Amino acid sequence: MKAYSAVLKARLSVLLQYRSAALAGLAAQVFWGFIKVMILEAFYAQSGNSEPLTLAQATTFIWLGQAFLQLIPWNIDKELEQQIKTGNVAYELLRPLDLYFFWFFRAVAMRLVPALMRSLPLFLFAGLAYALPPPVSLTAALSFIFSLSAAILLSSAITTLVIISLFWTISGEGIQRLLPHITLLLSGMTVPLPLFPNWMQPFLNLQPFRGIIDIPSRIYVGIIPSQEVFYYIGFQFAWFLFFVLAGRWLLKRAIKRFVVLGG
Amino acid sequence: MFREVKIYFKLIACSFRSQMQHRASFFMLAFAHFLSTLVDIIGIWVLFDRFKVIKGWSFPEIALIYGMMHMGFAIAEAFARGFDTFSQLVKSGEFDRLLLRPIGTLLQVSSREVQLMRMGRFIQGLLVLVWGCSELGIAFYSLNALIIFISIVGIISLFYALFIIQATLAFWTTETLELMHIVTYGGLESGQYPLHIYKPWFKGFFTFIIPLACVAYYPVAILLKQEDLPFWLGLVTPVAGIAFLYLACQLWNFGVCRYQSTGS
Amino acid sequence: MAIISVDSLWKEFSVPKRRKGFFGGIASLFSREYLTKIALDHVSFQINEGELVGYIGPNGAGKSTTVKILSGILVPNGGQVKVMGRTPWEHRIETVKEIGVIFGQRTQLWWDLPAIESFELLKEIYHISDSVYKRSLESLVEALELSRLLEIPVRQLSLGQRMRCDIAASLLHEPKILFLDEPTIGLDAVSKIAVRDFIRKLNKERKVTIMLTTHDMDDIESLCSRVLILNEGKIFLDGSLSTLRKKMAPERRLIVDLIHDQEWISDPQATVIKQDGQRIWLSFDPSLISTQAMITRVTSKYSIRDLYVENPPVEEIIARFYQDVNL
Repeated sequence: MKAYSAVLKARLSVLLQYRSAALAGLAAQVFWGFIKVMILEAFYAQSGNSEPLTLAQATTFIWLGQAFLQLIPWNIDKELEQQIKTGNVAYELLRPLDLYFFWFFRAVAMRLVPALMRSLPLFLFAGLAYALPPPVSLTAALSFIFSLSAAILLSSAITTLVIISLFWTISGEGIQRLLPHITLLLSGMTVPLPLFPNWMQPFLNLQPFRGIIDIPSRIYVGIIPSQEVFYYIGFQFAWFLFFVLAGRWLLKRAIKRFVVLGG
Repeated sequence: MFREVKIYFKLIACSFRSQMQHRASFFMLAFAHFLSTLVDIIGIWVLFDRFKVIKGWSFPEIALIYGMMHMGFAIAEAFARGFDTFSQLVKSGEFDRLLLRPIGTLLQVSSREVQLMRMGRFIQGLLVLVWGCSELGIAFYSLNALIIFISIVGIISLFYALFIIQATLAFWTTETLELMHIVTYGGLESGQYPLHIYKPWFKGFFTFIIPLACVAYYPVAILLKQEDLPFWLGLVTPVAGIAFLYLACQLWNFGVCRYQSTGS
Repeated sequence: MAIISVDSLWKEFSVPKRRKGFFGGIASLFSREYLTKIALDHVSFQINEGELVGYIGPNGAGKSTTVKILSGILVPNGGQVKVMGRTPWEHRIETVKEIGVIFGQRTQLWWDLPAIESFELLKEIYHISDSVYKRSLESLVEALELSRLLEIPVRQLSLGQRMRCDIAASLLHEPKILFLDEPTIGLDAVSKIAVRDFIRKLNKERKVTIMLTTHDMDDIESLCSRVLILNEGKIFLDGSLSTLRKKMAPERRLIVDLIHDQEWISDPQATVIKQDGQRIWLSFDPSLISTQAMITRVTSKYSIRDLYVENPPVEEIIARFYQDVNL
């Protein structure tokens, strides 16, 4: 366990170096949030009151989405990509560690640190500028934190699976560029999922990416009542388990096929 | 002047050729870029499916302005790639080598690289624009089409100018370049919608400081009769984009002068 | 008429003071403190057409700054400079058209392209006529033995090969002045000699004025009839190489690797400068005893595993020079 936490710590200190880039990125996200909210306000101006989300709720969704933008699998670990491409990954197997969890904790660190560095200031700002309401209840707040933690785990598991898939793809470029945008859409960061057409809702309710920000946001805003919270967090964990198991299985096959046989 | 153009195309051809050498990779990248930029229009479609109208504009009308913005941005992005990575040149001292050549620095930096895969966004924008035009009944050989064409030229100039400004900042600092993304990618994001939906100060900024409204919103609004302004104005306002580009080039020259005075 | 004339040139840099820590970083966004560093302190010299001048000095002395000003890419704070009758920074493009600059550690060739394509691009950039290009290219390819290298992408060339291509690139437009900055750094012995021979021929036969900046005393000794020594922004010596040799007490270093530990070498005509385990540094005056005689003496008296002969480094010569001046 020590080794895994060492990995986490190392990644943390590396990422904390990029302060000015973080500040600039923060400013950019505030701007983004502004634009999205203005657009929603313009749309809502001529609608009735029969939308699945009120304007206030939709605004909260937008700001939460911006705050936790770092949960999107933007840059897949370049280092690991190189290792797999060159075959150096074979050396990793010499370590007395479970390779999957080694990579998984790297992914967690790469999500966690930027998430912490961006979300707190953004929260503060959104709270001051837009009077972002707090979670509807204490239960909601606590459940929100749980749900967010589950989201981090889920996102990391998806990322790790994509990294493992690099064993098979010639160049990871294609899927690496696509995944963040697909995630943006299906997690509800581009447009809050409740606002999607009604006929799409059944599909949207089942797909894994909603666990990244849609479910935590709904808990925050109170659309998911406290009795049902357990079910939804369970949904997040179910998908998390799925991706972990899929990742482990795929890694085993990759090691068998590629690394042991050489090439 | 003609010699400079010849040199520009020769230098660009090198970048072109080396990308064409990896043809499979290029097509895959371009296709992935096409799909990823598609997410933008899907997001907009979702909202229109529910709300039908935004401040008097319908979805096909948005498609017009969206398509133009993305087409223009894609071309600017593809050809201004040399400016995107410019700060590396300054950091490494490579820029000195450019000054040692008997041609302008703008010419050399702009011709360093052309990123062809950005055509993915271009095609996506084109498809949306064509759809919008057919829905609205805008003919291919018409004055309306001319407005659209001139506007796209204005949009290309504007964003190209922003990329130049972003690079010019490297002469002063190499730290805060991501802030420029607010006006480049942020400009694209907000310019997809007609600017009149935003708060007045926002619209003012993007009309008078960065003339985004002049190259995109006003021409289309005039074409669609959303704004009650004379038709010829729609053909003329995109020139603001070209003027902005000229200003950006002047800023660049100023930056080079400063670099030469203070050293690296 | 001097082709390069420098009069009372001075240049200073403002270096921002770095503040420590996270809050220091934020504070420096708002206000900056600067340190002034004087790079060139009223430097004056003249170079005539056809001279091959060595420009030496320790790191940070101001050599690169001088070259940048002479080539027109840096603007000084004061002083008069004329290169081929023009003030370089006021006429950057005209100046740059008639000079060539080689930085030893950085290439001016396009990394992914074969050398010949770089040459063709440079032909366009320097607006070289077809006939001049053909003539220039042919003689350079022959003189530098490039015929087998032309089609290979530059990134695949060895350092020596790349250097030769860089030299050719900087001479395609037949410049009248050539600035060489560390041209032999990192090269193997054979390449070093080849480059030096080429430079010597270039200067003798084509009358190209050459200003050579280097740390390598062998470069200076084999090429330059005249040296300028720069230290801390000031010219310390401007004279012929023989003057320099006379001014500095001639010294050779002998580095000896002994077989047995703790042995001590003593010799009436040698001084021990340093000892580190089995390695001993000796200094002697080759005008009093020849190097060969010294080696014979040492090897006959002691059990030696290995042995090197060296010139003292430039920095030490200059430091000694500085001491002499201060006496």
